[in-house]
Amino acid sequence: MSTPHVDVVDLSARRAPGMGGFNLTVLGLEVRRLLRNRRTVLFTMVLPVMFFLLFGLNSQYVDQSAGHGNVSAAIMISMALYGAVLATTNGGAMVSIERAAGWSRQLRLTPLSPVAYIAIKMLTAMVLGLASVLAVYVVGLLVGRPTMPTYLWVVTGLSVWIGSLLFAAFGLCMGYLLPTENVMQILSFALVLFAFGGGLFIPLDQFPHLLQTMAGFTPLYGLNQLVHAPLMATGASLWWVVNVLVWLALFAGGAVWRFRSDTERV
Amino acid sequence: MTAPNVDSRRQSGPAGDAQALAVDLRGVHKRFGSVEAVKGMDLTIASGEIVAFLGPNGAGKTSTIDMILGLSRPTEGEVSVLGMQPRQAIARGLVSAVMQTGGLLKDLTVAETARYTASLFNHSRPVEEVLDRAGLGGITERKVGKCSGGEQQRLRFAMALLSDPELLVLDEPTTGMDVEGRRSFWAAIRHDSAEGRTVVFATHYLEEADAYADRIVLMRRGQIVADGTSSQIKALAAGRTVRATLAGADEASLSRIAGADSAEVRGATVLIHASDSDVVARHLLNHTSARDLEITTRALEDAFVALTGDGDGTPAHTNAGELR
Repeated sequence: MSTPHVDVVDLSARRAPGMGGFNLTVLGLEVRRLLRNRRTVLFTMVLPVMFFLLFGLNSQYVDQSAGHGNVSAAIMISMALYGAVLATTNGGAMVSIERAAGWSRQLRLTPLSPVAYIAIKMLTAMVLGLASVLAVYVVGLLVGRPTMPTYLWVVTGLSVWIGSLLFAAFGLCMGYLLPTENVMQILSFALVLFAFGGGLFIPLDQFPHLLQTMAGFTPLYGLNQLVHAPLMATGASLWWVVNVLVWLALFAGGAVWRFRSDTERV
Repeated sequence: MTAPNVDSRRQSGPAGDAQALAVDLRGVHKRFGSVEAVKGMDLTIASGEIVAFLGPNGAGKTSTIDMILGLSRPTEGEVSVLGMQPRQAIARGLVSAVMQTGGLLKDLTVAETARYTASLFNHSRPVEEVLDRAGLGGITERKVGKCSGGEQQRLRFAMALLSDPELLVLDEPTTGMDVEGRRSFWAAIRHDSAEGRTVVFATHYLEEADAYADRIVLMRRGQIVADGTSSQIKALAAGRTVRATLAGADEASLSRIAGADSAEVRGATVLIHASDSDVVARHLLNHTSARDLEITTRALEDAFVALTGDGDGTPAHTNAGELR
């Protein structure tokens, strides 16, 4: 019989990690994972850029002014917003796939706290959203058709990016509600409807009156108006802010509610 | 050089002066609605033990393991792991587990999965070394989705070892592996537990419990029905049979021997079923002319069926060695 060898582990020397296990290695791996997925890149970067090139560049839009810039700039902002919300929704909805794969459960066997996990998902979604906004804006700069003062490029770009956080919450909420690997197909369809309702594809004043009224209640309406406000120089309506806040409360509340019952059970 | 005392490291643990057991369950109940999966379980596992939870499906093995891992809370009773709450032990990387299936992201590579996991712990072993030891050194850049079932299981095992845990929990770890895969998996676990790690595993493979566990906890319908070494479990269910060559014996006097339950005479051969075979054997050798003594235990499988059978005539097993 061999001599038993006892590995001495000092239990008191072991500590839980800080920030619930949140760290940059994980964030970097999550971003790489998303960027490696060709479909994700196609839908969140290539598609909005293509839409912008197709719909935003005709000479009529370049000549027509819109507030401090031209219509081409307004369309660029809309397409950047569309790309950003696709990206952040996608990022948030990853929880659905990870739950289906049992990865969430696996993570419960590590020090990673559920809150840190959500923070990582939201940040990853925001990194992808930023890449999407940059893709559209860089192409806009390169083609040179959209015009607006330099500060407005920065202000509207940042507004679009920060505003897309609303849809990271949406993706997260839906990711918990819909336990399916096809969650993004359902959500992409929903986002197209929201984009029409928000006036991202077609100006809302071209809709019949009833549809215009209904559109005012959809989740992209307030956000789209707000991110265009600096360019249009029309000031902000309280209704836009209410629209964004109510939807944020619904999405974030839904995500927290599902997330709580999920961590109870796992 | 003297081997360090196993208990000395416990004294400075978070539990203070109390000696921390690897696992301590007290009066644990777990209910899911009207179903009671665990019905009052008391169980202590000392540091360094290799313990098998053996029982058919629905015996409460997985529910018990989930509570040890802090994945669920007991409805009643207390669970402590290494003298602390299960979640605290998990957060310190002192407990890890290998689950049956799932738990991997297909779009990460083997190395990325390990780096991801390692980064979550405050204390972890070098990723390269752990992957090498799990036999994954050659496929670190392969996507997890392209790995075979056996490779994925080795990756799960490697992930569980990254934090250098004190307690390793395995929930039916070899399900779906072939005989060779199972053998090498257990060789790795054996090698690993030689370092003093506590291992708890659930299984429905009898031979696995018999071959690899120091101790078997037999469960049935949410309760522990037997707890001991594999030979104790066998003896508990069936006792032992002492067989000897003894001319001219009669059944009545043989069954009066202390420790004997019943006796059978077949010509010159006597068969004595005994709850204490040692006493019977000593008596036969000291006080009779019995020779060719042979003591046999019934197969663990028989013990298993006897202890976990539903009592409705349906045997708990389907084929040799494997139970459902």
